[in-house]
Amino acid sequence: MRIELEKRAGQSAFFSFASPLLALVLTGIAGAILFALLGKSPLDALYSFFIEPLLEVWSLHELAIKAAPLILIGAGLCICYRSNNWNIGAEGQFTIGAITGSILPIMFPDFQNGAVLPLMLIMGAIGGAAFAAIPAFLKSRMNTNEILTSLMLVYIAQLFLDWLVRGVWRNPGGMNFPESVTFSESATLPAMLESGRAHWAFAFAIVAAVLLWFMMRFTLKGFEVSVLGESERAGRFAGFSSRRMIWFSMLLSGALAGLAGIAEVSGSIGHLQPVISPGYGFTAIIVAFLGRLNPLGAIASGLVLALTYLGGEAAQLSIGVSDKVTRVFQGLLLFFVLSCDTLIRYKVRIVWDSLGNKTQGGA
Amino acid sequence: MEASQNVALLTVNKLTKLFGQFAACNGIDLEIQPGEIHALLGENGAGKSTLVKMLFGVLAPTSGQIVWKGQPVRISSPGEARKTGIGMVFQHFSLFEALTVAENIALSLDPGISLARIAEEAATLSRNYGLPLDPHAHVADLSVGERQRIEIVRALLQNPSLIILDEPTSVLTPQEADRLFETLAKLKAEGRSVLYISHRLEEVQRICDRATVLRHGKVTGACDPRQETPASLARMMVGAEVESVKRISDIPSGGVQLEAVNLSVPARTPFAVSLKDVNLRVKAGEILAIAGVAGNGQGELFDALSGEYPVGDNNAVRIREKPVGRLGISGRRLLGAGFVPEERHGHAAVTSMPLSDNLVLARHKSDRKAFISGPLRLIRHAAVKAATKRICEAMDVRKSGEDPAAGSLSGGNLQKFIVGRELDRQPAVLIVNQPTWGVDAGAASRIRQALVDLARSGSAVLVISQDLDEIFEVATEIAVISEGRLSKPYPAGELSMEKIGLLMGGMHETKSAPEAAHAH
Repeated sequence: MRIELEKRAGQSAFFSFASPLLALVLTGIAGAILFALLGKSPLDALYSFFIEPLLEVWSLHELAIKAAPLILIGAGLCICYRSNNWNIGAEGQFTIGAITGSILPIMFPDFQNGAVLPLMLIMGAIGGAAFAAIPAFLKSRMNTNEILTSLMLVYIAQLFLDWLVRGVWRNPGGMNFPESVTFSESATLPAMLESGRAHWAFAFAIVAAVLLWFMMRFTLKGFEVSVLGESERAGRFAGFSSRRMIWFSMLLSGALAGLAGIAEVSGSIGHLQPVISPGYGFTAIIVAFLGRLNPLGAIASGLVLALTYLGGEAAQLSIGVSDKVTRVFQGLLLFFVLSCDTLIRYKVRIVWDSLGNKTQGGA
Repeated sequence: MEASQNVALLTVNKLTKLFGQFAACNGIDLEIQPGEIHALLGENGAGKSTLVKMLFGVLAPTSGQIVWKGQPVRISSPGEARKTGIGMVFQHFSLFEALTVAENIALSLDPGISLARIAEEAATLSRNYGLPLDPHAHVADLSVGERQRIEIVRALLQNPSLIILDEPTSVLTPQEADRLFETLAKLKAEGRSVLYISHRLEEVQRICDRATVLRHGKVTGACDPRQETPASLARMMVGAEVESVKRISDIPSGGVQLEAVNLSVPARTPFAVSLKDVNLRVKAGEILAIAGVAGNGQGELFDALSGEYPVGDNNAVRIREKPVGRLGISGRRLLGAGFVPEERHGHAAVTSMPLSDNLVLARHKSDRKAFISGPLRLIRHAAVKAATKRICEAMDVRKSGEDPAAGSLSGGNLQKFIVGRELDRQPAVLIVNQPTWGVDAGAASRIRQALVDLARSGSAVLVISQDLDEIFEVATEIAVISEGRLSKPYPAGELSMEKIGLLMGGMHETKSAPEAAHAH
């Protein structure tokens, strides 16, 4: 017996849609096995992980707060990955965006009016884009692998933030805690609804995802992204420049990650501190893939991945497992998504060697 | 099993291979006798490659039986095929360019045989069969013909009873092909059999004892090719009479539309060819064909003329009398030039995208008004779809569905679309690299006719091709490219096959022809 992968004539429309769902189901099954091995009741554990967080209004607000950066970054990464540029360093661009966006409220705390918040958001986006420009420059000029450079820059960004909040930006009146001053009212991203703390970053995320989807679906720019991503040679034949596409895709995804960073700091945290992200920039990679590299898909998958963060916290409280289980679930999900994607292009066939063939072989 | 006197070497019974619902081979019967050269004829997509891949153990048949010397066998890997006594020379060579000949041969043999012994055996063998080969030469330095010899020697080292050759002459000069035929005659004299895959009817008639013709995965005829005419063989292959291309007759040529002046381009990669002082000019109404063996700078010439890789000297390339050397491909398209590259998949077309997107690929700049709207540069899908339909109808592109992915079309139909995409805008200059490479006879004749018609309507056409029949069919002028140098152009009527062959082999005007013939 052997298993054969048989190439399909085209891409299967059914599995393009079903593959992420199948991956979710398989992740659930693998998770249940995991909980069972830990001696917990699998059904109870899955319930508290995936269902409980959806039952209360406050936790839906938390879901929106966690989904916002995931969708913002994930939608940008969709474009980047479609163009065959692999920005793995969104976490770093998120961090730098948070820092550059915080320049106004930390260094000029007395500058308070309606222009502050928009300026902060713009500066955050510029900071993220500028940080993504480093791997873009290295790739377009020196043919460096952007996966490695963008990833390594994450650690530089995180240590830079650490140095800032323990050093020059530490709040003088903050009892020596490694934190910046708390942002003023006018530098804080307000809540969207009265029922809870979810702020406008979620709206930004939805708008950004819809705009990017529109670009990919209807404009020549989106077409350029797809062509260069599929085949650089065909892109050159079309008169598109792969070098300019490196810049475009890296700056775009970097700007959205930077925007997510400053929105998170301004809306959810209220000051800078050594750790401002539970790995949003990395989780957004899963968001992009789970969403089929489609910005609209990233909205749905962003919500799912946000749920794993909440579920991890909930499971820690209610059944007493480590919150590292969140990471395990995210890893399982990415693994299953990538595996299930095989079904889009290939048919799986199990070949049983027939009796007739066996006798033939022995003859 | 009946043990008769003359047992066939290989018998294939009702061999079928399904890919999903599609039958690439459908109940094929084939019989090869010891010591015969057996031709396998058919258009692209007829199932020839699938059949030989099953014989060589690369693909497993869905049903049917392979009988070897009277015994049913199951060949599940190329290794097993070699052990059985089947050797194969693929159309696309699988050689490592950075390694030597002997090292490449060693890779396909059982480990543990010393390189020195392999080199010695290969040298002896190649001498005996008239295939001179230096075992210590690096593959990168060898011509395509020499590379093919490595593959043949590699197959012969296994002492096979049957050798399968897949389109062996498609990459050879006429002289190189002649030597190959001598080798084949030697193999035949030794009692070995050859399965010879080709769609060149003349050579099949010249060297093959029997022929099996495939069409759409089925056997449509088995014959003695010497009893047939090229036309009757073509009919079996295509299923209908192939239309002959109507030549241009006495079209007065106009001004120079395309010109290269001392065009020199250094090689971009270690394995690329550099262009050296290429001069050419094509007038309106002319078709200049550039002949040459693959890998002598054709791709590089196309890149420089199309502007995919602009050159430093702005005056080295001129389109409609404007210097464009440093201009990119979009700028050259705006001047009225159209381009058809050699590689369909991933160069001329993105296979995963529908035809309409592939139309936008080449025309978004030149037909900006028709296909793109507004400052957001929205793609006008309706207009693009209508144009796609128009092109498919004009070129008779056969496809499944309204707007299928480019990759789902057969080579010939995709090529018709790619050529039609350019013709649809009536380019003043058309540059085509290998217009009918790997395309079936029906589509090829249609494409050639379209090129002739375009020139007749007053455009300048440059055709780069390895197919000499094609060149003589369409060209008004012929030049030959060899090692990045272009010969001077000759009027098509004045050039004999032999002369072209010598030029292709790098015999330039400086050397006298008889001397060159001796050197071979």
